[in-house]
Amino acid sequence: MNDKSRVEPIKIRFPVEQGDFVRAGEASSKIKRLLLQLGFSADVIRRAAIATYEAEMNIVIHSWGGFLEAEINPLKIIITAQDKGPGIPDVELAMEAGYSTAPEHIREMGFGAGMGLPNMRSCANEFTIESQAGKGTRVKMAIWETEEQA
Amino acid sequence: MTSYFHAVTLNKDKCVGCTNCIKHCPTEAIRVKEGKAKIIDERCIDCGECIRICPQHAKMAVTNTLEEIKRFRYPVALPAPTLYGQFKAGTTVDMVIAGLLELGFARVWEVARGAEIVSRVSGEYFREKELPKPVISSACPAVVRLIRVRFPELINNILPVDSPMEAAARMAKMEMEEEGCPLDEVGVFFISPCAAKFTAVKNPIGRRKSFVDGVIAISDIYGPLYGMLEEMKGAPRLQKSTGSGIHWAVSGGEMRLLPKRSSLSVDGLVNVAHVLEDVVMGKLKEVDFIEALACVGGCVGGPLTVENPFMAKTRIVALAKRAGQPVDLLPELPEGTKWQDFTWTENLQPQAVLKLDDDLAEAIRKMEALDEIHKSLPGLDCGSCGAPTCRALAEDIVRGQGNEVDCVFKLREKVAELAERMVALSSKLPPSMNEKKQKEGKQ
Ligand code: SF4
Ligand code: SF4
Repeated sequence: MNDKSRVEPIKIRFPVEQGDFVRAGEASSKIKRLLLQLGFSADVIRRAAIATYEAEMNIVIHSWGGFLEAEINPLKIIITAQDKGPGIPDVELAMEAGYSTAPEHIREMGFGAGMGLPNMRSCANEFTIESQAGKGTRVKMAIWETEEQA
Repeated sequence: MTSYFHAVTLNKDKCVGCTNCIKHCPTEAIRVKEGKAKIIDERCIDCGECIRICPQHAKMAVTNTLEEIKRFRYPVALPAPTLYGQFKAGTTVDMVIAGLLELGFARVWEVARGAEIVSRVSGEYFREKELPKPVISSACPAVVRLIRVRFPELINNILPVDSPMEAAARMAKMEMEEEGCPLDEVGVFFISPCAAKFTAVKNPIGRRKSFVDGVIAISDIYGPLYGMLEEMKGAPRLQKSTGSGIHWAVSGGEMRLLPKRSSLSVDGLVNVAHVLEDVVMGKLKEVDFIEALACVGGCVGGPLTVENPFMAKTRIVALAKRAGQPVDLLPELPEGTKWQDFTWTENLQPQAVLKLDDDLAEAIRKMEALDEIHKSLPGLDCGSCGAPTCRALAEDIVRGQGNEVDCVFKLREKVAELAERMVALSSKLPPSMNEKKQKEGKQ
């Protein structure tokens, strides 16, 4: 009786600043809370939380700043992470586990182990990445309820 | 969510509706309505934070009285190790146990020994089974319920083994039966630092039925026991627990016995929620095991204790040292049992009490409305409306459990609007009179 696709999606956008490790994770945390209140399954919340957190950290570590956006409708959650920055010269290489361009001082803080992008891809049902050298990167992920999960 | 039993309740006569408690509840489960606090049952996790914070002592825990042990022919006391740290220096574990026997218990089965069993069982579990990392301890019922309510994504990370209380109760019953006491005449009473344990007896975690028959608050038994201790000075050796079990009363005590693991211990609900948040986002990948306790300092900080938790901790550490403990050595299981006996028989289910609606599309609509209302509120989080924050009031309104004019600022706006309209209205006369006036004016 309720046509799910006809509901206006919720859209929220959070600015993410470069190098702001203190607030890093706040945006992901808020999105997670929202999903819980909306009643998404534990599996979707878990995957969305990891994916948004990794995306948020990527902006903090690698870019000159950007934003995180979540668009939520009953059928899926679309997360966009867009930044201004150096971009990723070789996207395919960056998608390999363990590859990282994080500078030494950030690795020493325990971040930038090169698992970000592969992690995001494994959490999302759909994953696209576009990057332009010297301009920035945009990651788009869609997450939805899958059958196997009870 | 039908009739969930709660040990934490309100004494209406004492409550003055001051709104002190609403801001301290970790699940925003309290509202003040008509001058009295009200606990939203399905949200409360029985952490006891409101018991600690209430200046009127209007929040309390329902527990059993010492009188009630008389219902049974063979009452058995299960003292939490926390009890040992409540009395002044020089009080030994033997004295405490002797005192309990003097108060009318037929036997004492130390929960510290239950904790030793659980350490062993946890060790076996890690060796035999795969669990999602990090594994989260199930020992604190308030934390388990926090996860069910606020972190359903982590339910499968909870270690599905019995709590020390359950392990001890099971053993106590087994031994009494072996001694020939009919089980319906045996009553097992946990001497508890917290309300959450009583709730866990009534709504068992991981089992269909608890082995415990009753729960007595440490704060209730403290007086009678205290008066008796002096005479117990020459008590014989009654203690059977070792330091490893006693250590469970303080945070960090549980993970001591899980060798070669990278473990993390966190106490205090706010801190626990913080750590769990990080786990969900995949931040704590290097941690294997998390010991999480709702109370600051661990169970010595429980809401039904008497002694200052930091003092109690010092005593527990001293008593544990004195009892001696096998370093790096997991305790043996009691004869006639296997580790699987102390694991859960029931799966834990999430409790989706925070969602706005069962239907996702409807929930999204409500969320939009919630945001709109939230924006229209002053954002002071003053609590005068009886809800902990402006956002919580907005949430109550979309759930149909609150009203915009519960907000005193909104009410003032509305009154001002009304006054304006009245002024405007008073200058407008009915047409019949109008005419008269006009005529009068002409004259
Ligand atoms: S016991 Fe804890 S969860 Fe329950 S109402 Fe009190 S503060 Fe809130
Ligand atoms: S930490 Fe201990 S005393 Fe506090 S709620 Fe948990 S089990 Fe009870």
